[in-house]
Amino acid sequence: MKVLVCMSVVPDTTTKITFTENNTHFNKDGVQFIINPYDELAITRGLELAEANSGSVTVVHVGPAENEASIRKALSMGVTDAIRIDALAIDAQFVAEQIAEIAHGYDLILTGRESIDYNGGAVCGLLGALLNIPSANVVTEINYADGTFSFTRDIDGGREMLSCKGPVVASAQKDLCEPRIPNMRGIMAARTKPLQVLPPKDLINASQVSSYESPAPKSGVKLIDPSNAQELIHILRNELKVI
Amino acid sequence: MSVIVFVEIDNQQYKKSSLEAICYGKKIAQTMGISCIALSLDTLSDTATLGTYGADRVISLSHNAAFTSDNSAQLLADACKQLSAQIVVVSNTYTGKSLAPRLAVALDASLATNVISLPDTNGGFKVKRGVFSGKAFAYTDLSKNTKVLAITPNTFDIDNSGSSATVETLVVSAEASKISIDKSDKEMGKVPLTEAEIVVSAGRGLKGPENWNLIEELADLMGAATACSKPVSDMGWRPHAEHVGQTGITIKPNLYVAIGISGAIQHLAGVSSSKTIVAINKDPEAPFFKAADYGIVGDAFEIIPQLIHALKN
Repeated sequence: MKVLVCMSVVPDTTTKITFTENNTHFNKDGVQFIINPYDELAITRGLELAEANSGSVTVVHVGPAENEASIRKALSMGVTDAIRIDALAIDAQFVAEQIAEIAHGYDLILTGRESIDYNGGAVCGLLGALLNIPSANVVTEINYADGTFSFTRDIDGGREMLSCKGPVVASAQKDLCEPRIPNMRGIMAARTKPLQVLPPKDLINASQVSSYESPAPKSGVKLIDPSNAQELIHILRNELKVI
Repeated sequence: MSVIVFVEIDNQQYKKSSLEAICYGKKIAQTMGISCIALSLDTLSDTATLGTYGADRVISLSHNAAFTSDNSAQLLADACKQLSAQIVVVSNTYTGKSLAPRLAVALDASLATNVISLPDTNGGFKVKRGVFSGKAFAYTDLSKNTKVLAITPNTFDIDNSGSSATVETLVVSAEASKISIDKSDKEMGKVPLTEAEIVVSAGRGLKGPENWNLIEELADLMGAATACSKPVSDMGWRPHAEHVGQTGITIKPNLYVAIGISGAIQHLAGVSSSKTIVAINKDPEAPFFKAADYGIVGDAFEIIPQLIHALKN
């Protein structure tokens, strides 16, 4: 089984998000970058499936050379080899089109449910359409038997079980697995694993961020006496009329 | 040229988020001087009433395909092409987000998800999107002629002052789906968390899963959906689908009540767009109080019964 995992590199979840150059650029100063948490799940489940079916896992990342430390981390988790497409990710459509160029010949393609920076949640469906293969987004289970993949995925208000033959693309949701932690042997081995750098395909942008904005701060909390908590219900019912 | 709005059906009813989408689509259509068309994959007894929300035309699709993400996107794309769609609006739900990317490819369109504003069409097409899991917004220019927009539920107002429309039928087709749906489990009539207007959420302060009956009773009385913090979901006290925050889901209800949740930056990211936030925590230094509109410093096990009592009266 050949598995391809699409990986993005994002600010650590504790990062305070600020912007520079008149709110047109994300401020990377002092920010710790990590593998997108959902992509870590995709890598781990990809490895488990490949190991059980004498397969291999390739990770692909669209991003600059400074992200190679995160790619090496993926390799240290047990990934066989990596591809970095040397471009700044402009939007989900740009990333999906770049990945589609190298995504042929895999049985299973995995992404995270969304990246925790731009939250598009679109690369899975975009790849499915670009490669003309089925897509299953937000999956919490992936199994493989007798040439058929089966998935459980979150739907609005419930869940759904799907099945199909490969190739197929799916996006990883929490609960898929516990992320694998690299061991010392994996870290040593990762140093010499193949990491191929490819030039990007020329594309016309579908979108472009022109500026950012931070949420307006709250004006201050109104405290309610804990011995008179029913006052809260009174406010919600009669003043705000939200209940 | 037209604005096409895809409406979702749940439990034989149009979803509220879809009615919001029609009103949203109507406003764009008016600005651009084109018509707003509501598309439904099925006909319900009240399909004609979609006109009252602003649809100039209501079209029910006639097809013989099973609905999966790949072929329902094809059916919709076929309809969009026949109707000369310039803008396609879907809800930013799991359903909408599984369709939108495939639609964007089929229509060679620009795609924007998590959209929280009407487009600024002054010299271009700019929308405001939620990014960094609620920690920021990005103004994004969409450059292709056709645009697919997935709009965040509970963000846009509903106006049903229009008149009902005649329901037309459009024949569309798709290739046989390569993926099959083997089983669907849905809690009927339960509002998904991302679309809920009121959310009651709890954290480690509840001490254990056995105490969630208090949260559920409070939520029921308020007509709210229930949610939880990351540790609660990680410990398996509650299902992952209830986890709100940066690595869970981002929500935008009218009212968010957080009980026994300290308010870590990752959690606040996922809920900070809520219109009104109430924090209940026994620690007066809990960061949540800085992000809340109303707060009660007190023990959850003393406060919740008081709230339940007040709601029952």
